[in-house]
Amino acid sequence: MNLITHVGRYSQLMTGVFKKPDKWNITLRQIVKEINKLGIDSLGITIIISVFIGSVITLQMVLNTANPLLPTYVTGLVTRDTLLLEFSSTILCLILAGKVGSNIASEIGTMRITEQIDALKIMGVNAPNYLIFPKIIAFCLIVPVLVIFSMFTGIVGGYIITYTGVISPNDYILGIQYAFIPYYIVYSIIKSVIFAFIITSVSAYYGYFSYGGALDVGKSSTNAVVNSSIIILLFNVLLTDLFLM
Amino acid sequence: MIEVKNVCKSFDGVEVLKNVSALFHAGKTNLIIGQSGSGKTVLMKSIIGIHHVTSGQILYNNRDFTAMSGDEVKALRQEVGMLFQGSALFDSMTVEENVRFPLEMFSNLPKEAWDDRVNFCLNRVNLHNANKLFPSEISGGMQKRVAIARAIVLQPTYLFCDEPNSGLDPKTAIVIDQLIQEITYEYNITTIINTHDMNSVMEIGDHVLFINKGEKSWEGNKDSIFESDNEYLNDLVFASDLFKKIKKNHLLNKRT
Repeated sequence: MNLITHVGRYSQLMTGVFKKPDKWNITLRQIVKEINKLGIDSLGITIIISVFIGSVITLQMVLNTANPLLPTYVTGLVTRDTLLLEFSSTILCLILAGKVGSNIASEIGTMRITEQIDALKIMGVNAPNYLIFPKIIAFCLIVPVLVIFSMFTGIVGGYIITYTGVISPNDYILGIQYAFIPYYIVYSIIKSVIFAFIITSVSAYYGYFSYGGALDVGKSSTNAVVNSSIIILLFNVLLTDLFLM
Repeated sequence: MIEVKNVCKSFDGVEVLKNVSALFHAGKTNLIIGQSGSGKTVLMKSIIGIHHVTSGQILYNNRDFTAMSGDEVKALRQEVGMLFQGSALFDSMTVEENVRFPLEMFSNLPKEAWDDRVNFCLNRVNLHNANKLFPSEISGGMQKRVAIARAIVLQPTYLFCDEPNSGLDPKTAIVIDQLIQEITYEYNITTIINTHDMNSVMEIGDHVLFINKGEKSWEGNKDSIFESDNEYLNDLVFASDLFKKIKKNHLLNKRT
């Protein structure tokens, strides 16, 4: 299947997804469920990864900025900006594309091959809207929270590693505070919301058009993760150019 | 009543249904039978609207389904119940939630009456004390019953059953067949059952449509099937020694 066919089918699916829900109260209930399943359940992995990456970035910066011409606080400054600008939005979303994307694709794909989607259709339910709309809204709402948590815990991770003696904690704190640009947080959140839309919609697309058996659902899941990751990376370049240049 | 008029269906230029016409009556169990790959599932899916027919008409009580607008199709769907081959129960919902789901989406009943209706339907299919269980926690036969309860919860005018006995032991299969027939008679539903289970044909075949290579090859009922000289039908229905003996006995009894 060529790219144009995929884009056409994806657009058709999204047209169905963004139609008015049959029952708003059921949609809202689904959104709350999805916030819990896709967002709150991802909090643990977000914190763990952010702490460790924050620590590693700090160590790397100590090594790479070990120059008498550079001030000692530069380690904290670079760690902060790396976390704020790239890690907590782009890299975190790439990680979540693996967790959340495969979850969505396999869930909807299994519903497809076990005829649950046909059952919804026969009942007269707008299946794309009922199944996919709450996931997209829920993840777009919860991702900024995950990003903020990631920024905070990443910086804490960097701070913890300063106690091993590689850099003075005070220098690190000074770097964290030095020349802080609040817009970076806004930029990061905007990016993450767009990435959240990409992860949920692309994964739902691959799940929704699954066919065959368990093996095919596995393939859909893999395609969902790979393709949403590629699209995220492409959009990262476009958004960085648009918002920062 | 559902009428199928000159229905053709092709996939990528391959004609799967060839000019099929048939009448499915209300208050009767209408069976579509045929070998695997004969086109019976495509016919049923075309009648329901999962497949769009290439040409021909499908009339639901004289309303042309093929010419309906999106809203009309949506309204019609609420008159339709469907029992899928694999039950197609929603994994994330309990038995009770599965049956309540169509009510939540479409019912005009007051919310307070939903529980009564759910319990009534579950009792009607003889399923007790399973309300809080998930589909994965109940047997295949129980899943079929839940699926029947879900299909009848909105009091449908039309009931479609795709291989309702697949994967069930013979005793449970008969129970499910009888349940479908009882419900059909009780609520005067137009029931269409897609099957290749010959026990079902002999048990509940009020009206039988035999599809062979995409064409209507024979039409009759469970009694007239014994007198048919249709070679393909006889090959399918009386393939086993047991059914050959049944046919022999039936014809002997008739002569004496």
